[in-house]
Amino acid sequence: MVLTCRLALFGALCLFLVSFCSAPSALAQENPYFVAYDHYLEEPGNLEIEYFSTFGTQRGGNDFHGYWAEFEYGATAWWTTEIYLDGQTTSSDSTVFTGFRWENRFRPLKREHFINPILYVEYENKNGADKILKEGEGHDVESDFLVSNAASRREHIHEIELKLILSSTFKGWNFTQNTLAAKNLSSSPWEFGYALGASRPLALKASAKRCTFCPQNFVAGVEMYGGLGDSHSFGLHDTAHYLAPVLGWNLPSGWGLRISPGFGLNDNSHQFLMRWGVSREISGFGSMVSRLFRGRK
Amino acid sequence: MKTIAAALAVCAWFLVVSVVLAQSQNSDKPAGGATPSYDPSVYAELQKAPKKARERTNPLESDPDAVAAGAILFEQHCAECHGKSAEGRRKAPSLRAPEVQNATPGTLFWLLTNGVVRKNMPVWSKLPEPQRWQLVRYIKSLGASDPAAGSPAPKP
Repeated sequence: MVLTCRLALFGALCLFLVSFCSAPSALAQENPYFVAYDHYLEEPGNLEIEYFSTFGTQRGGNDFHGYWAEFEYGATAWWTTEIYLDGQTTSSDSTVFTGFRWENRFRPLKREHFINPILYVEYENKNGADKILKEGEGHDVESDFLVSNAASRREHIHEIELKLILSSTFKGWNFTQNTLAAKNLSSSPWEFGYALGASRPLALKASAKRCTFCPQNFVAGVEMYGGLGDSHSFGLHDTAHYLAPVLGWNLPSGWGLRISPGFGLNDNSHQFLMRWGVSREISGFGSMVSRLFRGRK
Repeated sequence: MKTIAAALAVCAWFLVVSVVLAQSQNSDKPAGGATPSYDPSVYAELQKAPKKARERTNPLESDPDAVAAGAILFEQHCAECHGKSAEGRRKAPSLRAPEVQNATPGTLFWLLTNGVVRKNMPVWSKLPEPQRWQLVRYIKSLGASDPAAGSPAPKP
């Protein structure tokens, strides 16, 4: 049975990769952040498929590699919806699927303003072995990851996460500030966190020639994120914080690459996180699907 | 494990079938296989540009490379909805219509920056300001055409 499942998984992945590479693409003009969000949503009808990795060091335990696949769809110009599938491998331990997330971002204002709010609502169905560190929240600290996968995956977490994203673009710079409130749907208290980001393309004008290595295809910046305690003990004590330079490369072929070394800022943080990711934007995915059901005229 | 495999298989098949079907269609044709109908009301948003925005001049007006750069940006970001020759498709109107071609550069820049979010035109302020001006130069270079004709775009 296990072999059948693995073959099915392998076959599905092969099919996925073939279709992924042959689909019409669009140039993704993505920010380079891994944790922070800006106010730009996916273009309507486009599907962006992304894979991200986080390698983390662990004092007193085994280093880990968390990863997630992300399917981001622009439902409308004011609503983007995403599905995440998360997993992790802990060295000298095991590899586990840790759950899924369903995320929605809404743009409430019709026009662009100096500060642009985005409302973010996410449902998480994961287990305690989750190590992707997609956000900093509550009193999550490095020592939480010392528990073995076998033990931690027994904890099931159903969580609602809300964010207020405030983002501004000025003279090519993007500045964003995310405030997070998360509630485990059990009796846990509300947990809080933050993420800050700043980034800028290396060149603001586009080149008159098609090019892969033009500076306007690169976006560099920095992000900082961490927890702010919970509703019982709000504040910075017993919280982890990270600072991470980020670099994104938006290739004209529709592929995007991102990389970010992250550094823990206090004793509660992992000392070093290495993140990287690859993405591809498929333009007109919504039209393809609608044609699938409408048939030829 | 079985659940993940099944979910991935369904997703992959879904993607393959939709991509194959989409590619078997002529993507250059306007939706419906005919020239899109001309409806002046879709350009009403241009009239909402504030006076200050309308009066802005294009700082790249004399840049010799702006049209060529704008053409590449158009292909990368706009052609999917507006058509490769900006002739308009089901999802988005023609940019060769007199309403667009007679609009001031500042008006077009304002519309690109703000989008028409409720009508699915995204906000394009994610493109840096000089790139939006390059796009405006390219759009203005297309020139007005008979809204029902849809002639090909000039090569930069």
